[in-house]
Amino acid sequence: MPKVSVTPQLTYARINKNKEGICLEVYLDHSATTPVDPEVVEAMAPYWSLHFGNPSSPHRLGVEAESVLTQCRRFIAQTMQVNPNEIVFTSGGTESNNLAILGYARAQYKPGRIITTSIEHPSVLNPISYLRANLGWQATKLPVNSHGKIDPADLAGAISPDTSLVSIMLVNNEIGSIQDLAAISEIIAAANRKRRQKIVFHVDACQAFGTVPIDLAGLQIDLLSISSHKIFGPKGIGLLYVKTGIHLQPLLFGGGQEGGLRSGTENLPAIVGLAKAVQLAMTGFPHRAPALAELRSRLVTRLMQIPGTFCNSPPDGAPHIVSIRYEGVKAEVLVHFLEQKGVYLSMGAACSSRKNKASHVLQAIGLSPDQASSTVRIGLSPKLSPEQIDYACDIIEASVREVRDIYG
Amino acid sequence: MKVVYLDHAATTPVRAEVIEAMLPYFRDKFGNASSVYGFGREARKALDDARQKTADILNAGFNEIVFTGGGSEANNLAIKGAAWEYRHKGGHIITSGIEHHAVLHPMQQLEKEGYEVTYLPVDDQGLISVEEFANAVREDTILVSFMHANNEIGVIEPIAQIGAITKERGILFHTDAVQAAGMLDIDVKKLNVDMLSLSAHKFYGPKGVGALYVRKGVRLVPLIHGGSHESRRRAGTENVAGIVGLAKALELADAEREAVVPKIQRLRDRLIDGILQIPNTRLNGSREQRLPNNINVSIEFIEGESLLLNLDLMGIAASSGSACTSGSLDPSHVLMALGLTHEVAHGSLRLTLGRDNTDAEIDYVLEILPPIVQRLREMSPLYSS
Repeated sequence: MPKVSVTPQLTYARINKNKEGICLEVYLDHSATTPVDPEVVEAMAPYWSLHFGNPSSPHRLGVEAESVLTQCRRFIAQTMQVNPNEIVFTSGGTESNNLAILGYARAQYKPGRIITTSIEHPSVLNPISYLRANLGWQATKLPVNSHGKIDPADLAGAISPDTSLVSIMLVNNEIGSIQDLAAISEIIAAANRKRRQKIVFHVDACQAFGTVPIDLAGLQIDLLSISSHKIFGPKGIGLLYVKTGIHLQPLLFGGGQEGGLRSGTENLPAIVGLAKAVQLAMTGFPHRAPALAELRSRLVTRLMQIPGTFCNSPPDGAPHIVSIRYEGVKAEVLVHFLEQKGVYLSMGAACSSRKNKASHVLQAIGLSPDQASSTVRIGLSPKLSPEQIDYACDIIEASVREVRDIYG
Repeated sequence: MKVVYLDHAATTPVRAEVIEAMLPYFRDKFGNASSVYGFGREARKALDDARQKTADILNAGFNEIVFTGGGSEANNLAIKGAAWEYRHKGGHIITSGIEHHAVLHPMQQLEKEGYEVTYLPVDDQGLISVEEFANAVREDTILVSFMHANNEIGVIEPIAQIGAITKERGILFHTDAVQAAGMLDIDVKKLNVDMLSLSAHKFYGPKGVGALYVRKGVRLVPLIHGGSHESRRRAGTENVAGIVGLAKALELADAEREAVVPKIQRLRDRLIDGILQIPNTRLNGSREQRLPNNINVSIEFIEGESLLLNLDLMGIAASSGSACTSGSLDPSHVLMALGLTHEVAHGSLRLTLGRDNTDAEIDYVLEILPPIVQRLREMSPLYSS
């Protein structure tokens, strides 16, 4: 087995030499993706080439792999307070969302209606569009207020006899707004008490897990998506919580792995990585939220001192996502300026940033195309130090001034 | 105890060079390949390089490679994606009875949706008849899927000849090359295929990543919708480390094939010849049209499961069939398709070699296996020497 060496220092604060000399790099785009925690890489490493068996193989390498798979599933289930057989490992958050929505819809005898919001991730909105365009489904997109929150009363009003599925994200990936899952879940539960065919509730928790508490034991959630690379785990792995009794049609048919819901040889190293990332996220949870809140408040206070700054994120939003705009500054230009100076953040969501389209989320909270195009998103990590935040703020302030001088 | 690993068709360990290639993308170059700034650009560059490398090795174009979450996903995407996309052209599909479940089960799903699927039989050598295939083609045939090499018996199917027919008739042709990749030279042009599936963990790459070659001009309905990744054919943040690992593993396999494969084939022949010395044994599948690393034998008057258990106790990791179905009590659909009886099929053993197996390991297997077989047979009420 090869020696796997992992640099202990955090890369998002690495020292980089550029043409002006030495500068600090600060990575502020943790909502797009996170570096894999060194402990996670170390946990994964033995499963690449030492304990590499196929969990379905009938010999000790296989049996050993199956046993590790079972342990990981059990650990994650216990953390989430659910049953191990309710965890389905997927290739990531996008697949989890697709499996929840397409899988549920295709398992129904006839098309129905899906209620969602206007600020969901494309991996929720696009499967719904597909169902509408090809399989006769209807969809209702609930509007959000300027804080990016739906009014639960709107949901109550939108539920009709043909409503079959509700899909609402817990934390929005662009502005960090948190939906009131307790109220939403209560409305669905109340509607279900009067119905023969239950409305199923899916929650995209990809941006929430590890930062915002999720009460799966207390709330009436049937399906919940989680992505590993948003919580310092590897890319290419995620999971879908599927409550016992909820039937889905698989996206992938074959060997019948994952209780028949997701065929394909289990990606054991990545599953081990995800389990480790979940463990680290949960052990750190009690002090993570306050630490993040402090970093966020430090950042926002500093940035708001720059003239012509507006915060798009609601004050009660997730502690790790800050959407901010600078009047008269094109986000694209600012992001580029910042990158030259080693400060990395994004304009809009990473997934859609290759498209030249105004963000549907910023539009939904009432921003004009101009305002949307001057918006940048900062994704924080509890591993950032106050000094790094201050440094990044200095650079942002200088860059905003520079951009305004040149283009203003 | 040192394990003699003879189950490379189930999975392979990730090579050290591949791990080295992957590691930077977990930590230093962890960016989201869809981001527009520096961190993302490094990841994007790695992704582009991996795609180009994969395309070059398969003799395909850069935009003809779609990375997936594995071989099963690649097969599902090819079959369902094409069947759904071209439904208006017809509803008939042709495949074989010995495909992997990641092909057969999507086919069964399509049958539920109203498609008609012809499952061509194979001969007693496990080979598809090109003539029978030609006769099965209909006006409304929209898709054909035959595996390049079988995962249980290693038989190599006449893909290029079938492809010549599909090409002439204008029918889409997919091949599941999951077992062939790494062992055979794979050239999508020579094979005359429109789609071809690969799985990294079968050729010393990581699990959780695969690729589908999709010829330019072929459209597919995606299985996973969302962002515009993989030219809108497969949404989801790209698994950069995994994709880099796939390309590196494929590159190594391609570069070393000429040196490694003859060695593996020699070991295979030693094993086959040695095992066939045991009375009442037979090789399943063609000996000539066969992957250089596959041995599949039926040993009469024994239970495959007991044999595997005994071999495992002696440190030999083997299998009775495909890993995915090894937990099931049903006899292998592949062996049944060859015309084996239930009893004979139950006494089957699959040994699949890899680049690190040695002559000494083969000696060990040939020393250990006959007495185990003898002991198990003596316990059988049906056996009389």
